[in-house]
This record gives sequence, C-alpha cells and structure tokens, in this order.
Amino acid sequence: MNLTLLPLLQQLLLVLAAIVLFLSFVLLAQVRLISAIHAFAWQGALVAAVTAVVAATGQVHHLYFSAALTLALKALLIPWMLHRLTRRLELERHTESLQSPALVTMGAVALVIFSYWLVLPMIHAEMTFTRNIIAISLSVVLIGLLMMVFRTQAVAQVLGFMSMENGLFLAAVSATDGMPLVVELGVAFDVLVAMVLFGVFFLQLRDSIDSLDVDRLNRLRETGGDSQ
Amino acid sequence: MTPLMLVLLTPLLGALALGLLRRPVVAGWFNLGVSVISLGGALWLGAAVAATGEVSGTLGSQLFGPSAGLGFRVDAFNVYLVVLTAFVGVTTSIFSRPYMRYVLEIGRIGPRRMRTYHSMYQLFMFTMLLALTTDNLGVMWVAVEGATLATVLLVSLYRTPEAVEAAWKYFILCGVGIALALFGTVLTYFAAQQVIADPAAGLTWSTLYANAGGLEPAVMRLAFVFLLVGYGTKVGLVPMHQWLPDAHSEGPTPMSAVLSGLLLNVALYAVVRLKILVDGSLAQTASPQLAGHLLMGFGLVSFLVAGLFLHRQRDIKRMFSYSSIEHMGLMTFAFGLGGPLATFGALLHMLVHSLTKSAIFITVGHATHIAGTQSIDQIRGLIRTQPAVGWSLLIGVAAIAGFPPFGVFMSEFLLLTATMKSAPWFTLALLSGLAVAFAGLFRHIHPMVYGVPPEGQQPVEANMIPVAVHLSLVLWLGLAIPGFLAGWLDRATLLITGAHLL
Repeated sequence: MNLTLLPLLQQLLLVLAAIVLFLSFVLLAQVRLISAIHAFAWQGALVAAVTAVVAATGQVHHLYFSAALTLALKALLIPWMLHRLTRRLELERHTESLQSPALVTMGAVALVIFSYWLVLPMIHAEMTFTRNIIAISLSVVLIGLLMMVFRTQAVAQVLGFMSMENGLFLAAVSATDGMPLVVELGVAFDVLVAMVLFGVFFLQLRDSIDSLDVDRLNRLRETGGDSQ
Repeated sequence: MTPLMLVLLTPLLGALALGLLRRPVVAGWFNLGVSVISLGGALWLGAAVAATGEVSGTLGSQLFGPSAGLGFRVDAFNVYLVVLTAFVGVTTSIFSRPYMRYVLEIGRIGPRRMRTYHSMYQLFMFTMLLALTTDNLGVMWVAVEGATLATVLLVSLYRTPEAVEAAWKYFILCGVGIALALFGTVLTYFAAQQVIADPAAGLTWSTLYANAGGLEPAVMRLAFVFLLVGYGTKVGLVPMHQWLPDAHSEGPTPMSAVLSGLLLNVALYAVVRLKILVDGSLAQTASPQLAGHLLMGFGLVSFLVAGLFLHRQRDIKRMFSYSSIEHMGLMTFAFGLGGPLATFGALLHMLVHSLTKSAIFITVGHATHIAGTQSIDQIRGLIRTQPAVGWSLLIGVAAIAGFPPFGVFMSEFLLLTATMKSAPWFTLALLSGLAVAFAGLFRHIHPMVYGVPPEGQQPVEANMIPVAVHLSLVLWLGLAIPGFLAGWLDRATLLITGAHLL
C-alpha cells in the first residue's frame, strides 16, 4: 500500500478523511457538550470539503451541489440547532462524567483496525485509495455507533448518530462519486427531519424524566406492565 | 402509471390535508376516505399487474435526466403487499376513528395531537407504499427511514414517561440499524459501479438484478451483512428486537396494528429483495447459500427466543408484539431456506400473519378499553362482559397459534413440509418452537377471555366489522386459496427463487 504513488488530489482526500476520523475520536471523548458540537460541525465541514474535492477531480457536477448541501446541513444548520437546544435546555456548562474513557478510546482504535481487517480482502490491492477511504468511513460509522452506546447523554447520542451519517456520506462520496441525486436529497431530508424530531424529543424527555440522561430511562422491562 | 400515482399521491396529499384539518371528528372520516381511495388505487394496480405481469415507470426523468428519475417497479412480489398494506390501512382506519375519539374524550390527548396522529398515519402509509413500489434501493432506504420518522411521534403520543422512553428507544435503535443498512446500500452501489456503465442506474433494482452475476461477491457479501442487520432491526430480528415490544405496547393501539401488520412486512420485503441480488452475485462462489444461511440463523433464533419470552409477559400488547417477532422469525427462516415451497409458504405467511395480527391488535384495543388497563392480570372475563370482543380475541389467538382451519395453519404446514424436505433436523426446532409459543399464548389468553369479570366491568362501543372481515379472510385462505392469489404468489416465488411451485 504505497500512498505516495497516488495522485496528489487523492492524497489530499485521504488526509481530509483521516482528519474526519480524528474528529470522531475527539467527539467520542469530549465531555463538554458545546465543544463536542463544535467538533461535529468541523467534521461536517471536512466532509463537505471532501465532496468538493471529489467533484473537482472527477468533474462530477452534481457533487458541487451535494457539497453545498452538506456544508449547509452538517456544518451549519444541525450544529446551530443543537447549539440552540443546549442553550434552551441550559446545558451549556454541562459536562458528562465518562466511565473509563481510556478503555473506550482503545475500543475505538480496535474498531479502526477491525474496519481495515474487514475491508482489505474485499477490494483489489490496486485500488489503494478506495480501500483506505472505505475503511476510514466504516471506522467513522462504527465509532459513531460506539459513541451512541457509550454516552448516556441524549445530545451526545444524537451527535454520535449524526457522525455516523457523516461516515456514510464520506463512503458514498469518495468511493462511488456520490449516490444518485434523488437518493442524496432524500437522505438529506431524512437527516433534517430526524434532527427536528430529536429536538422535539429532548423537550419531551426533559418533561418526563427531568433530565437528558437516558440512563434514567428504565421503566420498560421485559416483564413490566403492572409494576407501575 | 395512473393507478400507481393514485396509490402514492393519495396518502401523501391526505397527510398534508389532515395536518391542516382542525376538527377531529371530520378528520377521522377523512382519514378513512383517504385510505379507501388508496385501496381503490391498489386494487387497480393489482389488476394492471395481473394483466401485464409488471408495471414500471419513471417520475421526474425530465428533471434529473433519463435514468436518474424516481423509478418504480411493481411486480408480482410487491403488488400483493401493496394491496395488503392498503387493505389493512382501511380496516385499521375504520377501527381508529371511534377508538381515537374515545381516547380524545377521556382526555388522554388533545385535538392538536389528534391532528398529528391522523397526519402521521397517512404519512406512514405513504412511506410504506413508496418503499414497496420503488425500484431504487436508495429511495427504498429513504422511505423505510421515513416510516420510522413518521411513527416515532405516534409512539410517544400519550406523553407518559413510558411512551417517551419507548419512542426514544425506537428512534435510536432503528436509526442506528437503518444507518448500517445505508452503508450496505453504499457498498452495493460501489459493487454496481464496477459492472454497470451508467452511474445513475447503479441503485436501480431491475438493472442490478439483470447484472447480479457480475457484482463482486466479496463486496456483496459484506454489504448483505450490513443490510441484514440494518433492515433486520426493523423486522424485529433478535437480538435487534429491543425496540419492538416497547413501541408496540406504548403507542396507540391502531398504530400497533399497522406496525405489526405492515411495517415488519415492508422491512422483510426489503431484505428479500436484496437477498435476490446477493444470491445472484454469489451463485458462482464457494458459498452460494451464504445469504440464506444468515437469514435462517437470525430467523430461527428470533423464532425460538420470542416464543420463550411470550411466557414472561404481563402486558397484553407486549405479549402480542413478541408473537409478531416470533412469526417474523419464522418467515425469515423460510426465506432463508429458499426453494419454491418454503418461499411460497413464507409469502402466504406474510399475508395471513398481517391479517390475523392486525385483527388481534384491534380486538386488544377494545379489550383494554373494557378493562381500563393493558395488564394481563387485570383483564378478565371478556366473554361475559362483551362476547363479541372475547370471542374475537379467542378466535384470533387460535388463528395466530396455527390452529386449523385458519390460513396460518396452512402456511406453517407448507413451511414445515419444506423444512422436512431440505433440512429435516430443523423441523424439530420449529415444532418445539410452535408448541412453546402456543403454550405461552394460551396460558395468558385463557383467564382473560373466560375468567370472572371484575365488579362493574362494562361493555364498550366496539365496531367488530374489521376484525370479522380479517378473520374470515384468514379462514378463507385456510380452506381454499383462490386461484388468482395462488397465481400471484406463484409468480412471486418464481421471481425470488427462479422456479415455479404450481
């Protein structure tokens, strides 16, 4: 796998993707919500940059559009909505106490290795670029998943969900030059609606359990029903 | 194209109109009217497919270019699910009108939430019909995710802490699952780009199906794992089933009926569509049955685990949602087993399970209003208080447990026969699983319908026509499958397995 033999633009893409992965790690262990939201916004901006570079390399015109869409949605609108919600819920100074963050970070490293292990035999050795980019995207997706499992704060879980989406988008853009436009629009629409609904749920959660700590959601049990 | 437009646009426009309609009583009737028009469109579409074999078309090709528009493909496999979805949509909205009016009267929800309810009901129907009819795997993903988004507010409609918890769990688990399915879709698209020249057609199922042999097996194998885990979460396969009992038990009962009867089917439909592609891709490799084996594994585990969990339930709606997991597991197993007989049985089982389960949930809705609770221990003596509800519940449970002469017995019999032919040892597991589930259902149902009713338990206003219609259809399917339906299912079997049964 000799990365220096790749065209410069592809090398640039790999560097950008690597920073996206790095930001996933930042998100994973960031205890302050506001900083986590900022890290997420940067991740979105980088994914948009990747899209723009791919558009420039491959002369794929509809990708300029998706780059703008990603920038508007992932780097500006969703972080702004989350920011507003945290202020409204008075969580700006909220810091979460994480249990064994070192262990979770090691877990994330293991996930990266796992992704490479999974992807390497799948794609021919000549396609160095595609191999790397798919492995990185899969790692971003899996770290997002790990974050949703590991963080108990609802806003942090949503950040994990959204960074999973970033990983998916990275895969779609860089490995396949973007999905057909109809699909991309549909996915963007779904993400936006999901974000609005998450906002609604933050308020509902606060009304019902007086906190956004989803660990307190434990009323429903296998044999529950008459225990209330 | 016209009937297809009727099927898809009616619920979409209906949802918008219902979002604006202020009077709850009118909205209930309007909701019913919209559902009836969709059913009309679905029947028309069914007739068109029966005449020509396949209806396909593209929307918006002027806007996005010739092959990038919104492609539709309705063949024998999805048309019967479209008709089924529209039909259950109608009967459930017949039930939902007085039911939700009662909920409004006792003050559990206000008129604004009633508006959300009706609007989301039709939006949910729209997303399911879109997921069924679209030819584009990406659009299918968008629609299935849309179905989650449309129902998540309905699960938390009552705003109790339990309902909010259930909805959050549903949202997060299905969101994650469906995100993994999108990764699988991206991988499929990646595989398609190596063989299909036109990049815009790379997610079109028909094109992929025609080129399935050329898709890179290593990529498709990994893609299918992601797709199965992703859509399998929505099917309710163990161990990704955690959201399902909660969402079913805490949402309003009409929602449980459509979730159980329809949404699970749509997710399973997605899995089977993708299995067809993966089977085509893996045909020449050392493990051509890989997708089938995965389905069999997940299906069997779900079937057995859900059967055991049936025994431990104390909430009547949770109990029936575990029964849904059990049946979805059985169908997944059967699709995995492959072969014309098992596939035919699984298709029939999708049909009869939907009809029976939605009838049961409708009856359960009335039963919980009679008893004023969902707790199994406190629902007693339904037959004495209101014979129509009690008997419907008993007959419905007898049907779902697989008693002859109901349709579920027929399909389970076909499945068992197919299993005995190709994998005889699994018959043992299936039979014991069925027995366990049967015992689990009846130990709870017996005191609920027979026992002594508590003091002062009053009958409620109940419209049992939908239940009667569903159960008689299931009975009819058990006694004799009409020729045109058998022909449909046979053509669907041909599409999935490549061989006729009849």
